[in-house]
Amino acid sequence: MDALDLARWQFGVTTVYHFLFVPLTIGLGVFVAGLQTAWHRTGKEHYLRLTKFFGKLFLINFAMGVVTGIVQEFQFGMNWSEYSVFVGDVFGAPLALEALLAFFLESTFLGLWIFGWDRLPKRVHLATIWAAVIGSNLSAYFILAANAWMKHPVGYEVVDGRARMTDLWAVLTNPTATAQVPHVVAASFVVAGGFVLAVCGYHVLRERRDPDRTRPVRRGADMWRTPIRAALVMTAIAGAVVAVSGDTSAKLMYEQQPMKLAAAEGLRHDTAGAPFSPVPGVEIPMMLSLLSTNDPNAVVQGTEDLQKRFTQQFGPADYRPNMPVVFWSFRVMIVFGLATVGLAFLGLWLTRGRRKRNPRQVPSWLARAFLLALPLPTLAVVAGWLLSEIGRQPWTVQGELLTAASVSPGVGLGEVAVSLALFTALYGALALAEAVLIVRHVKSGPEPVAPARRPDAPSGVGGNTAADLQPTLMY
Amino acid sequence: MELTTFWFAVIAFLWTGYFVLEGFDFGVGLLAPALSRNEAERRQVLGTIGPVWDGNEVWLITAVGAMFAAFPAWYAGMLSSFYLPLTLVLAGLIVRGVGLEWRGKVHHASDRAWCDLGIMVGSGLPAFLWGAVFADLLHGDALAALVGGVFSLSVCALHGAVFVALKTTGAVRARARRTAMAVSAVAVPAAVIALSGIPSARTAVADWTAAPWLWVCALAATAALAAGVALVWRGREGWAFTATASCLALGGLALFGALWPAPMPNLTVTEAASGPYTLGVLTWIGLAALPFVLGYQAWSYWVFRRRLVAEPV
Repeated sequence: MDALDLARWQFGVTTVYHFLFVPLTIGLGVFVAGLQTAWHRTGKEHYLRLTKFFGKLFLINFAMGVVTGIVQEFQFGMNWSEYSVFVGDVFGAPLALEALLAFFLESTFLGLWIFGWDRLPKRVHLATIWAAVIGSNLSAYFILAANAWMKHPVGYEVVDGRARMTDLWAVLTNPTATAQVPHVVAASFVVAGGFVLAVCGYHVLRERRDPDRTRPVRRGADMWRTPIRAALVMTAIAGAVVAVSGDTSAKLMYEQQPMKLAAAEGLRHDTAGAPFSPVPGVEIPMMLSLLSTNDPNAVVQGTEDLQKRFTQQFGPADYRPNMPVVFWSFRVMIVFGLATVGLAFLGLWLTRGRRKRNPRQVPSWLARAFLLALPLPTLAVVAGWLLSEIGRQPWTVQGELLTAASVSPGVGLGEVAVSLALFTALYGALALAEAVLIVRHVKSGPEPVAPARRPDAPSGVGGNTAADLQPTLMY
Repeated sequence: MELTTFWFAVIAFLWTGYFVLEGFDFGVGLLAPALSRNEAERRQVLGTIGPVWDGNEVWLITAVGAMFAAFPAWYAGMLSSFYLPLTLVLAGLIVRGVGLEWRGKVHHASDRAWCDLGIMVGSGLPAFLWGAVFADLLHGDALAALVGGVFSLSVCALHGAVFVALKTTGAVRARARRTAMAVSAVAVPAAVIALSGIPSARTAVADWTAAPWLWVCALAATAALAAGVALVWRGREGWAFTATASCLALGGLALFGALWPAPMPNLTVTEAASGPYTLGVLTWIGLAALPFVLGYQAWSYWVFRRRLVAEPV
């Protein structure tokens, strides 16, 4: 165990932890903005209640995404100074743009949204949540463009041992990025859709079990039908985007990161018409070649043959990533991801029918299955990142810079150990606190609100003050 | 002006903006327990920064991101050499951000107390450490780092107290003014020592002719702080806040002036800089975006310009 190993653990822990919260920020933010838009257009009270209910869950989670994101930005310089010096010219640019163009938008307008309920005209207030969620989604684009460059560096030349950017447009339109951005952003919408389904499923089940407790607040499962249908649509559409962009990513991986593809499939030797095995022992003939090239007879390179070629090309070293982790994370990602999307399509079919004419109720077993829509896509996303980043090893920048050469030379084992221990303890405690807080808010359900102001009424008129409308979003 | 100089100025501007803006939210977070006697007052105090603290923190993210893009070797060298202090800064920013966001969403008074602790520690720690880190960067000396830390902690506290006085009414406003006076007993002497050390930090003998404008900045920063104290004493809170903000702005200017042209020992901006293509393209995008960013941030301050009253809990 040396500083390099601990630095890698720290990167993994921080990044995976950060990305537990980010998908909800990205997807749930848009969902809340959609609910508020529905309230704005219809004036119906239950949209407002749902906006506030999911809005509060969104904000509890948002805080964690922000604070762990700052660690992300610092850890490149702290733990990976050689990497930072090598790539800063190219990799730093999207990070700086992310802060300037996305984070300012997100944080400023979210502040306006949280505190602006009674101070802004309704239309302007609605615009603030949209501006904030545009900021969140834009930030995903920039950071994923930076990440894509590590897998497939473009638009640069190496001068005096440092990468120099020659074409920003090429970096921002890297095919790896344009496949990865929809993949990750859509996956975030699947996670958020699954979260909403789980929350709604819980309430539907509780109201059926104990109707008296909830009935005075709102009649039956009716209140939950809107968010359930909306989340099902969101999850289904996003799931289709995830699948298509994932297929594109696999084809790019065939060209750009053959070692990762081979490791993900456990393919040891170059094989024409390579089969795909969903689980070890079961093989679908020629499927891997078909998936990665559209040609069932194409040759897919294997890890051992690639190892020989890379040794010739880059010098002696082990160019194979951690095979079991890459192999299994690939399967967890696909199986759990597809299961969630399948659940969404099934749910859409089972709850079809127009609302007013005797709509089909959510069957209790389906509501129970919705509870799984919380962990499944989250695990799929974590597995996807493990595949993506562990599969890139031993490179930080594919073909240009090895991870072992990226670490900060002046930072000792003790320092990394202290900071890893501190952050891990802090992350653990905060994850527990966030879980408790979210569960409590989910259980207490949407609070009744004072009759909504007319959408066009000026603020402060009609007896609605900040305290009526927004009692718990304030400090 | 050549691009490396311009980008050094941009980074100085971003850091200085961060000191001025997050300076007062650090002060507010640090002093919140001292400025409020009950839950209603606590909400009144924290409500002054509620809508804006997160946007203020993005100045840090942008400053560090700009360093990464424009001067990778400076970014990497500084962050890896101040490893443990920055670990603590990050830990502080984590518990502070979470405390501020969660405070209004927890159900029990004991959970709120945890949030308050996070806000206080998470404000005080970075406020001290940023001063210490930059003083160490400039002087390379532990005692100077300590003085720098005491300076930034006390000036942030003063700046925050003046901000609370400016943004509240009633008992909290009066208490904030008294607290500002009390904090100034530490802040003003610390400022005199820390700021007067800046102009001659990188030279063997103190010679004001070597860098006259650094002396002007340092002296003006000290004078602005003293003026801020006098103005808050007179109840001119708007002007007092302008004065404490000017102190931090001029202090930032002096700091980065002294760091030019070698932000790290043995590293000049020219050696640290990215290529002309990167700097050029970022210049165009930055110049196009910055007016909008500054505009909507200013607008958010305008929306929340009213003084806050203590509302019954």
